[in-house]
Amino acid sequence: MSDYVISVEHVTKRYRVGQGGASTEGLRHRLEAGVRNLFSAKKAAAPKLPSSEFLALNDVSFQVKPGEVLGIIGRNGAGKSTLLKILSRITPPTTGQIRVRGKIASLLEVGTGFHPDLTGRENIFLNGAILGMTRVEIVRKLDEIVAFAEIEKFIDTPVKRYSSGMYVRLAFAVAAHLEPEILIVDEVLAVGDAQFQKKCIGKMNEVAQRQGRTVLFVSHQMAAVRKLCSTALLLSAGTTSGIGGVEETIQAYLGHMTASDRIIDLTKIAHSGYMNLNTARLERIAIDDACSLAYAEPLVFHVDVKCDTAVDGAVIGIGFDTSDGYRVMTLDSDVSHKELNFAKGKYRVTFTVPRNSLNPGLYNISCAMFSGGALIDGCQAGTWEVITGENDNVSNRGFGGCRVLFDTEVRAL
Amino acid sequence: MEELIISAQTEEKNYWRDLWGYRELLYFLAWKDILVRYKQTTVGIAWAFLRPAVTIAIFTIISYKVAGASPGAVPTVLLVSAGTLVWSLFATAFADAGNSLVGNSSLISKIYFPRLLVPASTLAVSFVDFTISLAILAVLMVWYQYVPDIRLLAMPLFVLLALTASLGAGLWMAALTVKYRDFRFIAPFIVQIGFFASPIFYRSDKFHGVERLIYSLNPIVGAIDGFRWAVFRGAIPLYWPGLVISAATSIFLLMTAILYFRRTEKSFADMI
Repeated sequence: MSDYVISVEHVTKRYRVGQGGASTEGLRHRLEAGVRNLFSAKKAAAPKLPSSEFLALNDVSFQVKPGEVLGIIGRNGAGKSTLLKILSRITPPTTGQIRVRGKIASLLEVGTGFHPDLTGRENIFLNGAILGMTRVEIVRKLDEIVAFAEIEKFIDTPVKRYSSGMYVRLAFAVAAHLEPEILIVDEVLAVGDAQFQKKCIGKMNEVAQRQGRTVLFVSHQMAAVRKLCSTALLLSAGTTSGIGGVEETIQAYLGHMTASDRIIDLTKIAHSGYMNLNTARLERIAIDDACSLAYAEPLVFHVDVKCDTAVDGAVIGIGFDTSDGYRVMTLDSDVSHKELNFAKGKYRVTFTVPRNSLNPGLYNISCAMFSGGALIDGCQAGTWEVITGENDNVSNRGFGGCRVLFDTEVRAL
Repeated sequence: MEELIISAQTEEKNYWRDLWGYRELLYFLAWKDILVRYKQTTVGIAWAFLRPAVTIAIFTIISYKVAGASPGAVPTVLLVSAGTLVWSLFATAFADAGNSLVGNSSLISKIYFPRLLVPASTLAVSFVDFTISLAILAVLMVWYQYVPDIRLLAMPLFVLLALTASLGAGLWMAALTVKYRDFRFIAPFIVQIGFFASPIFYRSDKFHGVERLIYSLNPIVGAIDGFRWAVFRGAIPLYWPGLVISAATSIFLLMTAILYFRRTEKSFADMI
C-alpha cells in the first residue's frame, strides 16, 4: 500500500437538476404519486417528472501524500466545491470512496456559524467548537487568536458592531489556529483586502511548511497556487487526469480556458459573503448588446442586483484578472458614483468605460457588492475575451494587461 | 493509523463514537441558543420566569372556569403548574427541534459534524427552561405549604420520559422538515392538538377504560401523570397500563426517529 493521507477512489457525485427546491420534492408530490398508485394498480410507477441528471464529479481518483500542499484548480462548475464538500463529509459521494488518515478541518467559508449578536469572545468559542476544537484547546489559544485578529479592544463587543475587516480577521484567526493533520481551504481568501489575503497566505504557508501538514487549497488565483502549492490537480467538467506539477497543471488549465457567454447568470454560481446577510444578491452580469468587447472601443456592461431589503451606501466592484491571476483592472462604482442607495427591489447598474484599455485576451471577471465596508455578496463570474478592434493599431505585445491612451511628444534637443 | 472511509454507505460502527467526540459542540450549540435568546431584551433572563408564570396563571383560570376543577387534595394551581411545565418542555423542544436544521442551514451546508447535535441542542435548551420553571413550581409549593414525600425521587424518571418523547418527535420533525417544508405548518398544528389531548388544565382520570388506554398513546399523558404522582405525594394515582403505553410510544418514537434521521442525514446538505 502506498503512502497517502487521502486516497480518492473512483468518486462520482450525481445531482438531479432542479433538486433542492421543496417544490419538486414536496410532500404533495409524494402523496399525489401515492394516491395515483392506489387507483391505478396496473401502472405501478406514477408518471415521472422529467428529471435530468448531472455529474458534478465523474470517476475522480487521486492520492495525496503527507505534507503535500495540493492546489485544486478548474473553472466554475468544474466540480471543485463538490469535491471539497465530499472530502469535508458535508455531502456523500454517489459512488466510490475516499480513505482519509488523520483529522480533517475544512474551511469552506470564513466565519461559519458566527452569530452577529454574540461578542467576539463568544464567537471564538462557538466557531472553534464548530470547527472541531475542544474547549480546553480554545481556552489555551484564546489570547493568540485575539492577538492574530488584532481585536483586543473589541473582544467583548457583539460582532455585528465590527467592521468587515475585523470580522474577517477574527473569523480567519480562529480557523488559522486549528491543528488538524489535513486542512481543506476553499476560495475564502479571495474575499477581503489585499493585506488580509497576504496574511492568510502567509499563515497557510507556515502551516504547510513549518508544521508539515497536508493542505488542499482551491483557488482561481494562479499566483496564490504557484506560491503555496507543491502539486496541483485540474478538474474540468467533473473529471481529472490526476495530480501533476503546479506549472504544467496551470498551463493545462489556461489552455482549457474559454470565454463565457456575454450574459452570465450569477444565480447559478457559488457566491460568498462574509456574514450570510442575505440582504442583496448579484444576479447577472452582461455585456451591453451594442458593445463589441474589443480593445479601444467603449466597454459597457450591466450588473443586475436584487435587494431583499434596503441597502444604503453600496459599492459594486468588478475585477478583471488575467488568466494567471493578476488583477489588471478594477471598476468600483464609488469612483464615479459616490454611493448607491437601493430600496427593496431589482436594479440594473450600468458601467461605461469610454475606451476599453484591456489588451486582447481572456480575463476572469469577479463581482462584489459591499456596503459600509462589509462584503454583501461576491462571486467569480466567469471569463470574457477582449478581442482586437478597429482602433487597435499595434495588437497585444504580451506586456502588461492594460494599454491606456496616452500622448507621446518628440522635441529635438 | 486509523482510516476514515467516506462513501455513500451509512457508517455503522463509528457513528456513536463520532457523536461522543463532538459532545462539546452540543454544549456550545445549546449555550449559543441560550445566550442569543435574551440578547437585546430589556428584562433579559426574567422572560424565562415570566412566560411560564403567566401561562400557569391563565391555565389555572381556565381550569377553574371552563374545566370546572373542584378543589381536591392538591390545589388546582399546583396541578396546572405541573402539567404546564411538562407540556412546555415537550412543546418547545418539539417545535424548536423541528425548525433547528432548516434554521441552521448555513452550518449544515458548510461544515461537517453529526447532524443529530442540532436538534439535540434545542432539547437541551428546552430542558434549561424547564428547570427554571421548576423553580416556579417550588415557590408555589412553599406558598401552599405543600411538602412532597419520598415519591419525589421518581420525578426525574418522568422528566426523562418527556425528554424521550420530545427528542423522538423532534428528530422526526427535523429530518422531515429538511425534505418537506410542509412540516413547518404541521408542527404548530400538532402542538395545538396535543395541548388539548394532554392533561394540562384537567386530570386524565376523566377518561375511563379503553378511552383512557387510547388517550395514553399520547406519551405526554404518561409523563404528566407520573410527574404529578411523584410531586404530589401520590394524590394523583399512578395508572400503570397508561404509563406503560406512554413509555412504549415514546421509546418507539425515539427509535424510529433515530433510524430515519440516520438514513437521511447524509443528504441534508444536498436538500436543505
